[in-house]
Amino acid sequence: MGARGPGTAREEILARIAAAAVPPARAPRPQAAIREGSTVMLAERIAEYRATVVECTDADLADVLAELLAETVHLVVPSGLPPEWLDRCSMDAVADSPKHPLTAAELDRPGTSVLTGCAVAIARTGTVVLDGGPGQGRRLLTLVPDHHICLVRPGQTVDDVPDALAALPDPARPLTFVSGPSATSDIELRRIEGVHGPRRLNVVIMGDR
Amino acid sequence: MSQAEAFPKAAEGKLADTRLRATLRGATHTIRDRRTAVVAEVGDWEDLRELGRTVKEEALADLGSLLARFEERATAAGATVHWARDAAEACRIVADLITVTEVVKVKSMATQEIGLNEALAARGVHAVETDLAELIVQLADDKPSHLLVPAIHYNRSQIRDLFDASIAAGVDDDPAALAEAARLHLRERFLTASVGVSGANFAIAETGSLVVVESEGNGRMCLTLPDTLISVVGIEKIVPRFADLGVFLRLLPRSSTGERMNPYTSIWTGVTPGDGPQAVHIVLVDNGRTRVLRDPVGRQALHCIRCSACLNVCPVYERVGGHAYGHTYSGPIGAILAPQLTGGHRSLPFASTLCGACYEVCPVKINIPEVLVHLREPPPAEQPVMGAVSAVLSRPRWYRAGLRLARWFAAMAPARRLPWPLSRWTAVRDLPRPEQETFRDWWTRTHGRT
Ligand code: SF4
Repeated sequence: MGARGPGTAREEILARIAAAAVPPARAPRPQAAIREGSTVMLAERIAEYRATVVECTDADLADVLAELLAETVHLVVPSGLPPEWLDRCSMDAVADSPKHPLTAAELDRPGTSVLTGCAVAIARTGTVVLDGGPGQGRRLLTLVPDHHICLVRPGQTVDDVPDALAALPDPARPLTFVSGPSATSDIELRRIEGVHGPRRLNVVIMGDR
Repeated sequence: MSQAEAFPKAAEGKLADTRLRATLRGATHTIRDRRTAVVAEVGDWEDLRELGRTVKEEALADLGSLLARFEERATAAGATVHWARDAAEACRIVADLITVTEVVKVKSMATQEIGLNEALAARGVHAVETDLAELIVQLADDKPSHLLVPAIHYNRSQIRDLFDASIAAGVDDDPAALAEAARLHLRERFLTASVGVSGANFAIAETGSLVVVESEGNGRMCLTLPDTLISVVGIEKIVPRFADLGVFLRLLPRSSTGERMNPYTSIWTGVTPGDGPQAVHIVLVDNGRTRVLRDPVGRQALHCIRCSACLNVCPVYERVGGHAYGHTYSGPIGAILAPQLTGGHRSLPFASTLCGACYEVCPVKINIPEVLVHLREPPPAEQPVMGAVSAVLSRPRWYRAGLRLARWFAAMAPARRLPWPLSRWTAVRDLPRPEQETFRDWWTRTHGRT
């Protein structure tokens, strides 16, 4: 188990690497400020992955969510989700929390939807990034249910991948980059949406006012 | 595994399979066109490739210290890091960590390279492949033939027949129905699995994190639901910093599936209490990589991010498919990596026309033709011949005398075949005829002496 000292695999591999005597090399790493992204581009590019995109404002958010959840039987939310988001929803939301964690089997029940926020969104690639922060929850919450609604708030959209990496508060948190619903192109390269991850992905992009 | 003459022999059989050729041609051209379209969108693509290349070069230059830092950070975050000199050691480490009889597995080139599934089977552990394509290949008891689309050599009716006979009786050949059948078949296994096995696309030294890039969500299932996660990672997967992912996550999806971004990318660092596996193991594997590292020309093969763009543009791959290469890594990258990793597979560097298409698409600018030529260095038996040829070619007077001799010879024996042993060469091509008059002779005749 990660043994050290002479004769261990670790020391031998490190010695082989040293013996290869690879000449030094440095990559230039241009430092750039985080660029803001266009929410119009974000909406367009997410839609190209065949996810549903809805743009809304603070005022109609609750209505939009109620509509997206119309067919939902079980609604799951992570802890830390702003409660007012659910003002217009008819069903009760079950919160997942460290004290009361939901099991994979519970999340797998037919008709389950999960509603989360995100850490940052990438316009150029049509991606939402989840980092397990408040309102996003554990990784399995956005994996097992068949329907995921993800909210992108004003100011969360950046231009490209490097901007998103720089914007994340802590890279050591578990990160999931989501670009459209789960898909496969393994059969004759035809893209089929929905294999193991949520088959329905709705992204709600909130405007500035 | 294949040796010296393996590629030509294997290729001959594959070339005769017209259905395989049609399937391959359709598939490689489709991905190729998608790639071209999304790459054209990126204004600074060439700069990005160069950056990708230099970051990988830096990673190899500092490999020892970066691996040590990776180990330190991953360990601090709760992971256990193991080191394996070769395939057998890696398989033993993984097998020793498993106390159950079934594990779920996400597609990984490294685990295929070390023959992990077979090694686990020998210890009574069944590794369930969860990528749709890997599942197809596993159900057919076949081997993958493409880095990215392992079942590229199957069409839908073949897949239907396979599923009908194994996991989903009565299924039809609509791709959506086939995907649904795979979903149902694997769902129960994901939800009950206690051990997941993965590879990694990148290992970040700065943070001790691993990265898996995928499409279907089976990767997320394997990385999230089991209690124990074991990741097998080649030592060349190291990148120095977290920010370096900004380069590779822009290069990889566009080059491999021709998408702006793949559906899911997971990044994890050791153990996160209450979220995902609570026992996280990482096996760092050498298995020939340090041998590749010693070769100043050949080591660039270790930059490879396994996007498979070079396979999709290769005229040789398009005609023979992945199996003819006889190694986990096929196509142009396989032709330079397999011989270096193993010291065998000596015919592979000749499995190329040196057209250079692979170099042009490679997102990290691996000069594959350069390495191919380098690896073609003639075996000892041919060296005196090559030495004689180069002596003649570097002396104009000898060269002219040689040409005159060749013309005389051609006039004496007009056949375009050579006697044995040179007949092996002329069996597949006509012997070129020397021109009756060289340019120099013509110049002297028409313009007088210079
Ligand atoms: S050699 Fe280059 S093009 Fe080929 S798979 Fe590796 S990274 Fe991709």
